[in-house]
Amino acid sequence: MTDLVDLTAAQAAAAIGRRELAARELFECYRDRAAADELNAFTWVAQEPPQAGDGPLGGVPLAVKDLFCTAGVPSQSGSRILEGYRPPYTATAVERLARAGAPLLAKTNQDEFAMGSSTENSGFGPTLNPWDRTRVPGGSSGGSAAAVAAGLAPWAIGTDTGGSIRQPAALCGIVGLKPTYGAVSRYGMIAFASSLDQAGPLTRDVSDAALLLMQMIGARDPRDATSLDYPGSVSLPTQTDLRGIRLGVPTELSGDGIEPGVLGAFEASLELARQLGASVERCQLPHATHALAAYYVLAPAEASSNLARFDGVRYGLRAQGATDLLDMYTRTRHDGFGAEVKRRIMLGTYALSSGYYEAYYGRAQRVRTLIARDFAATFERFDFVVTPTAPGVAFELGAKTADPYAMYLNDICTVPASLAGIPAISIPNGMAAPPGGGKSLPVGLQLIGPAFSEDRLLSVAFALEQALGFDGSAARR
Amino acid sequence: MIDRDTVLHVARLARLELSEEEVERLTIELGGVLEHIETISGLDLDGVPPTSHVIDVTGALRADEPEPCLPRERALESAPEVLDDGFAVPSPQA
Repeated sequence: MTDLVDLTAAQAAAAIGRRELAARELFECYRDRAAADELNAFTWVAQEPPQAGDGPLGGVPLAVKDLFCTAGVPSQSGSRILEGYRPPYTATAVERLARAGAPLLAKTNQDEFAMGSSTENSGFGPTLNPWDRTRVPGGSSGGSAAAVAAGLAPWAIGTDTGGSIRQPAALCGIVGLKPTYGAVSRYGMIAFASSLDQAGPLTRDVSDAALLLMQMIGARDPRDATSLDYPGSVSLPTQTDLRGIRLGVPTELSGDGIEPGVLGAFEASLELARQLGASVERCQLPHATHALAAYYVLAPAEASSNLARFDGVRYGLRAQGATDLLDMYTRTRHDGFGAEVKRRIMLGTYALSSGYYEAYYGRAQRVRTLIARDFAATFERFDFVVTPTAPGVAFELGAKTADPYAMYLNDICTVPASLAGIPAISIPNGMAAPPGGGKSLPVGLQLIGPAFSEDRLLSVAFALEQALGFDGSAARR
Repeated sequence: MIDRDTVLHVARLARLELSEEEVERLTIELGGVLEHIETISGLDLDGVPPTSHVIDVTGALRADEPEPCLPRERALESAPEVLDDGFAVPSPQA
């Protein structure tokens, strides 16, 4: 069976297409691996292969982040307040992929309501990094990233609000793509910060990411007013050189606060990009240093509003013994939400409260404009912006839980593209030792492009991936 | 920078009961995070418009045509308590 696990999802789909492999055999292989998971990557695993469309994805089963609603299947967004909740409908992205031939294999663990960078904030316990089980897989889509890296799922989808696809992909040595805001329908995603949330693939390689993305984009979803008719298309990447590609390296995101090992791997890849024919020059994103501050106003503010719906009335947990409605609300939310979610609800409610709105939310929205302008100016001179994905390799469980801001700093390189709503991909960029020394761990390289540049972004990522030749098989034993 | 009374006020706005330990911890933690966030207060933002939506969307409204909606029994399936075909909530009069 292990040889099946060596196939990428694209290779497995092709084998099924040639009738060399039965979709059922592949499903059972992964179901058994997922059921024996020791990383706590899953919150639910399918027993029988669900009905799947006869589409281009061949029947290769998909792991789906817990926060996507899946009809009749637990969808809890990593929160005890939604423990056991089985929604009456399915998210558009999941439905599209099932119809295209990627049926639901499992639901994956995540930070509660996608708030976190380590998957330690899950109400269902932390997920472990398959490269080193004493370390985190990143987050918030840590279950999806760990499952793909460990070969417990052929491929997965997650969501990215400030880096929640890209950062765990980097820490687990896989590919993660956050599409342009609006490219993929958010219908049926349990919302965190609606102006930033975007679904995307977490896969073993760039070709698998392209295959999934092709099916996730397309005609706008009438059920999501912010979704868009995708202009253009995405194809399987084939490019093997970078001739004529202009890469910009923002000084603000490629020096201070980045671990030496990560920086070393990054510089080596810039040299490789030059050898492939790209021009690589320094550029400036002058307001990128303020992105994290703006993000930690905007995202909690939107979250405090979105999470108002968890009140114990219509679904999920209800605290018992309440004397009146208000008492029921406050006690249900006290019992159901974890520490980080409470922190962000408090932060967001404070930022939106009377007398503080303009000082925090209003200013953060203006900073968001400046960051989008920085990117627009940069894309006049460069095709793509390149940065390390995360400032460090996977850290030890518990290392950053005591200091909220130390955890938030994980998103420093990923948040700017989120605020600008533009697409970004993380690809494996070799391995580096953690700062204190020890076993080497995966590093990620981030490529950021203008809105709707996914096809070109995947091409450049593919060319770099082929040249880098990352081998992730050690994590799939 | 954030005091205990502010934490209690915001918790009331957020419909969140907090234990004594949580009030103490959040007073410290929120103050710490806000200190970092304060860095944007030094920026000159005069004349910079706010961004709430990053990609231009036009005609986002669909045609207002009736469609089947979720049947009542399915909508009530996950409710903690149901009464007379509706969501039941605690009431002091009950």
